[in-house]
Amino acid sequence: MSGPRRRTGRLVLTRVGTSVLVLWGAVTVSFTALHLTPGNVADVLIGSSTVTPEVRAQIIADYGLDRPLLTQYATYLGRVLRGDLGQSYQLHESVAAAIGAQLGASVQLTLSALVLAVVASTTLALLTARRARWIRGLSSGLELVGVSIPTFWTAILLLTVFSFQLGWFPAAGGEGFAGLVLPVIAVALPVTTMLTQMMRESLELVLDEPFVLTARARGMPDLGVRLRHALRHTLVPAVTLIGWIVGLLLGSMVPVEQIFSRQGIGQLTLGAVTGKDLPVVMGVVLVTAVLYVVVNILVDLLYLVIDPRLRGAR
Amino acid sequence: MTEPAVAGLVTGSAADPETEPIVEVTDLHVSFGEIHAVRGVSFAVRPGECVAIVGESGSGKSVTARTLLGLTGDDARVRAGSFRVEGADASAFGERRWRSVRGRRIGFVLQDALVSLDALRPVGKEVAEALRLHRPVPRGAVAGRVVELLREVGVPEPELRARQYPHELSGGLRQRALIASAIACHPRLLIADEPTTALDVTVQAQILRLLAERKRTGTALLLISHDLAVVAELADRVLVMKDGVVVEDGPAERVLREPDHPYTRRLLAAVPMEHAKGTRLSVAEGEPPRTITPPVPGEIVIEARDLVKAFHGRPAVDGVSFELRAGETLGVVGESGSGKTTTARLVLGLLAPDAGSVEIDGRPWAGLTAGERRELRRHIQVVYQDPLSSFDPRFTVRRVLDEALGVGGEPRATRRDRAVELLEQVGLDASVLDRRPLRLSGGQRQRVAIARALAPRPRVIVCDEPVSALDVSIQAQVLDLLADLQSELGIAYLFISHHLGVVHHVSDRVLVMKDGRAVEYGDVRQVFTEPRAAYTRELLAAIPRLDAVSTGLPTRRAS
Repeated sequence: MSGPRRRTGRLVLTRVGTSVLVLWGAVTVSFTALHLTPGNVADVLIGSSTVTPEVRAQIIADYGLDRPLLTQYATYLGRVLRGDLGQSYQLHESVAAAIGAQLGASVQLTLSALVLAVVASTTLALLTARRARWIRGLSSGLELVGVSIPTFWTAILLLTVFSFQLGWFPAAGGEGFAGLVLPVIAVALPVTTMLTQMMRESLELVLDEPFVLTARARGMPDLGVRLRHALRHTLVPAVTLIGWIVGLLLGSMVPVEQIFSRQGIGQLTLGAVTGKDLPVVMGVVLVTAVLYVVVNILVDLLYLVIDPRLRGAR
Repeated sequence: MTEPAVAGLVTGSAADPETEPIVEVTDLHVSFGEIHAVRGVSFAVRPGECVAIVGESGSGKSVTARTLLGLTGDDARVRAGSFRVEGADASAFGERRWRSVRGRRIGFVLQDALVSLDALRPVGKEVAEALRLHRPVPRGAVAGRVVELLREVGVPEPELRARQYPHELSGGLRQRALIASAIACHPRLLIADEPTTALDVTVQAQILRLLAERKRTGTALLLISHDLAVVAELADRVLVMKDGVVVEDGPAERVLREPDHPYTRRLLAAVPMEHAKGTRLSVAEGEPPRTITPPVPGEIVIEARDLVKAFHGRPAVDGVSFELRAGETLGVVGESGSGKTTTARLVLGLLAPDAGSVEIDGRPWAGLTAGERRELRRHIQVVYQDPLSSFDPRFTVRRVLDEALGVGGEPRATRRDRAVELLEQVGLDASVLDRRPLRLSGGQRQRVAIARALAPRPRVIVCDEPVSALDVSIQAQVLDLLADLQSELGIAYLFISHHLGVVHHVSDRVLVMKDGRAVEYGDVRQVFTEPRAAYTRELLAAIPRLDAVSTGLPTRRAS
């Protein structure tokens, strides 16, 4: 029993190792971007706001802009390692604080949407796999529509119907649960349809496997066969897809938060990009990279939980 | 169980549970859309009896078995004159009623437990599932009962094994665990669909013994198999199915010894064990058995000396030496993991040995440049078990052969004629040229694979389990074809198989492998009649034999 555990440990270590490399790459890329942006680096960092000469001198000192490039790189790397993402001269606060204030709302939205999507698509896939032709036809037709509608359009539609006309949910901002409902639905819809399609397809393959016949021959009811045997086999591809989707969802925060006038990382990014607030943009890139890496490590660990055959591999 | 059933096949009064059939069908029809898979099958299985349904793929035998559990699927239409399970009319059963039959009254074992057990759950849970579904024991006693059941079917260290996953168990243990899950609720009838097909011969013998034991304790058996010899070991009654119809039905002894129907005779004749090399296996009706003249062995074409190959420090091949002469067949036999396939790959130059050498036509693989290797590769070709996976599915037969001929240096202008010639040599005609492998039958595919191997005019063909995926009558035709080609072209075969009967039939000399070592190497007659190694004797003893039927009437056995 210690063999697989040791192998799992080694796997985690290699994953963490490669993740560090990925993050280092992200830091290096944003450092390079900073220096490739046309104009004086200090001006780029300041962006569109105006600052006093003292602040300007402070920036040059902070980033070591008067020293050789390699030293600048080392200084930058050292600061990032300490968790110091720099200062936003437009927001007049540290980048870390700015992101920290906005991250919670976005994570809440992403996770809620993800949970909704996983629950909904699992249920739909379980109910529609290997059913009568019309059920599957109807379901895949709806899925096609769901995938095709862009998220911003779904968001506008939801807002129009449920906030402006019916008045069930707040139209802007919105604290707590009520404010979360419509954005979550808008974000979860395309994810649900994608996941449903994938899960139904792999469920249908699994339901043809001999071990499913064996379970039925044991006297197991159809729902039991689907839940206890077939479902777990579809989880490995599903988890892979979900890992991808988490990354995409962070991107889709921009339009959704804008339309629903929500706080969040999307709004922050949008403001930073339009206001040329480069320290914030760089900070968002790094935080996104960290999230991505963490999600991927989680996905790899989930594989091992789901499929015992993978525990012995590598 | 109270008393053993002494009545055997004789029908008693219908009310007597000792003799009343557990299942009985008359005039059973099953169709899937246009396909009429089962047409008018009738039989009954009584307590303590073993009924066997024998047939080739597509005969409808597995569909018949599943019908008895109500598991033919939603798209199937089932119709029967009468269909009774323990006296009740099963054609009126709803899903709920069927579920109370499945696993509790009738158990079901499929072939190859690696795919018939859920790979993501420990085997103990699979056994426990049957117990939880039908509650023959209270909830608290389930774990203990699982261990008992595993012990009962001969799984050593059952507490440990119950926690292991199917991929962590050997093929034999997996199959035992599968059987344990099927008998967990003591069903009166156990249906076994090809229960030993994926297993090594010694493991197969153990599983057959286990099934015989179940039968002795009173469980009725319905055995589905393509292998007449497996059936002979156990069956009291044999039904031979072909294209959905039972062509022959009778006591096992009569069917296997004095078959009435020509198809049964053909199946029996096609079993390779009973025939010496040189006789044909596929006999057309009314035709006297022909013999094939084996060519006189010529010069050495393969010489393997002291081959050693290890993977991750574990020896896969350990000190194997042999030689093969032109026009001769060397059979390599062994169970899974014995190193036969690694030996083949060493001989083909696809792997480099850690020590020892292989010479093809007097030239060693070692030290050749890539170009020289390619040149040498023409002399040694290969035919695999599953040609479908060794063909590019998008290639037509023409393209498959064209490519092989190109490698063999055939000029472009003559390739088409040569391709047709090759197809004729393997008993096909030019009409298959534009078909894709997927559209061919298993036998045709294997013929194309042989034609491809013949294309560069090799001296040797390595046959790696070439007939293992084929039905017995197709297997007979392919083996006959290989023999014909050998006498015609003087090709040498390195013939790798786990099937002792096939090896016995095709080989001049035999190499028996176990754990990477050659435990016996000699003339086929000597190896099979006076084996020197204990392991060879063990293998030979494990082969199921058609003549086992003479001792196989256990229903009449008193306790």
